[in-house]
Amino acid sequence: MQRFANPARFNHLADRIMPWSNAVAIIAFMLGGYYSLFDSPADYQQSETVRIMYVHVPAAWMSMLCYMIVAAASFTGLVWKHPLAFLTAKAAAPIGAGLTALALFTGAVWGQPTWGTWWEWDARMTSVLVLFFLYLGYMAMWETIEDHDKASRASSILALVGVVNIPIIKFSVEWWNTVHQGASVLRVGGPSIHEDMMLPLLLMVLAFHAYLISLVLKRVKLELTRRKIMVLRQSLFARKGR
Amino acid sequence: MAFWALVKRDITLAWAQGGAGGLSLAFFMIATSLFPFAVGPDSEFLMRLAPGVIWVVALLAGLISLDRLFQADFEDGSLDMLALSPLSLEMTAFAKTLAHWFSVMLPLVILSPLLGLMLAMPVASLGWLLLSLLIGSPALSLIGSIGAALTVAVRRGGVLIALIILPLYIPVLIFGAGSLLAISAGTDPLPHLALSGAVSLFALFISPFASAAALRLGLE
Repeated sequence: MQRFANPARFNHLADRIMPWSNAVAIIAFMLGGYYSLFDSPADYQQSETVRIMYVHVPAAWMSMLCYMIVAAASFTGLVWKHPLAFLTAKAAAPIGAGLTALALFTGAVWGQPTWGTWWEWDARMTSVLVLFFLYLGYMAMWETIEDHDKASRASSILALVGVVNIPIIKFSVEWWNTVHQGASVLRVGGPSIHEDMMLPLLLMVLAFHAYLISLVLKRVKLELTRRKIMVLRQSLFARKGR
Repeated sequence: MAFWALVKRDITLAWAQGGAGGLSLAFFMIATSLFPFAVGPDSEFLMRLAPGVIWVVALLAGLISLDRLFQADFEDGSLDMLALSPLSLEMTAFAKTLAHWFSVMLPLVILSPLLGLMLAMPVASLGWLLLSLLIGSPALSLIGSIGAALTVAVRRGGVLIALIILPLYIPVLIFGAGSLLAISAGTDPLPHLALSGAVSLFALFISPFASAAALRLGLE
C-alpha cells in the first residue's frame, strides 16, 4: 500500500494506465453510442425513449460506485494515514455528484413521456437524490475547512458516516414508497432484458467505467500538482518574508 | 460521576438566560404556527399535514441549536480541559449529546401534543405523536452531534451542519412521521416505531465514536 504513497510513483503509474483507459473509454463510447442510438430495437412499450436507458443505467450505477470509491479511499486515508487516498476521495466526489445529477436528469427526461411525470417520489429516485445530497455535504466539508489536513480527515469521517447510513436510507426510502420498476439486469434467474439491448448497455457500462478511471486519475494528478504549487508558493513567501 | 456532572452542567447552561433550550422551544412553537397562515386554516387539511409539519419543525428546531453544541466550549477552551479530563472524549461527546436531548429535544417532545391539537390532530393520536417523537428524537441529537463535532472549528458552521446532517435525518423522519401516517391510514404504527427505535439505537452506537474522532481533529 505504501508503495503508491509516493506521488512520483503514482504519477508514473497513472501515466501508464491512462492511455489504456482513455482508449477503452473512447472505443466503447463510440461502439456503445452507435448500437444504443441506431442499432438496437425500440422497446415495444417505451418505443424510442428506451435509448435514454443506455446513459441512465450506467450513470446510476457509477454514481453509487463513485461513493464507494470515496468511502473506501476515506477509510484507507484515515486508517493508514495515506495522503493520496484522501486526494482520491476528493477527486472522485465531484465526478460522483455529476453522475448522480446525470442519472437524475436522464431519469426525469425518460419519466416524462413514459410515466407522464418529471419527478415521482418513489424509492429509487429518492435514494439517488439523497445520494446527491450526501455528495454535496461531502464536497462542502472540503470547501469550508481551510487547513488541508483537517479538511481531508473531517470529510473522510463524514464519508464513512454517510456510507454506513446508505443502507438504512435505502431501506427506509424503499419501505416508504415504491413505484420504480424492479431491477432487470442484476437479479436472480438471469437478466430479463433482451440481448440486443444488453450488448449496447454493457458497452456503455464499460465505457463509463473506463472514463471514470481516467477522470479519477486525471483529477488526482491535478490535486497533486495543486498541492505542489501551494507548497512552492508558501516557500516563496517565506523567503520573501526573510 | 464526571459524566453526570457534565450532563447537568450542559442542561443548566442550556436553560440559563439566552441558552439553547428556550430559544429552540420558541422556534418550534412559532415555526409550527406559521403553517396555517401559509396553507389556510382548513382543519381537515391541517389535520393531514400536522404530523409531518410537527416532525420537520422539531427536527429543524433541534438542528439550529446544534452548531453551538461543542463550539461554545471549543472557543472558550473548556473543550481542551474536558479532553484532558479522565473522562474519555467519547463519553464527553456523549454526555453533551445527552444533555442536548434533555434540554432541547425533550421539551419539544413534551410540548408537541399541544401543537398537534392546534393543528387539528385528533386527540386520540396525540399520544402517538408524543411517543413517536420520544423514540425518534434521540437519533436527531445523536446524528446531529456528529455534524456539530465535524464543524467545531468552522466559523458559521450552521449552514454546513444542515447540509451534512439533513440527508442523514431522512430515515428518522420516515419512520417517525410514518408511524402517524400509518395511524391515519388505519394500519399498525408499531413496526414504524420499532424501526424508529432501531435507528436511534444504531445512532447511539456510532455517534460517540464518530463525534469524538471529529472533536480530536478540531482540538489539534
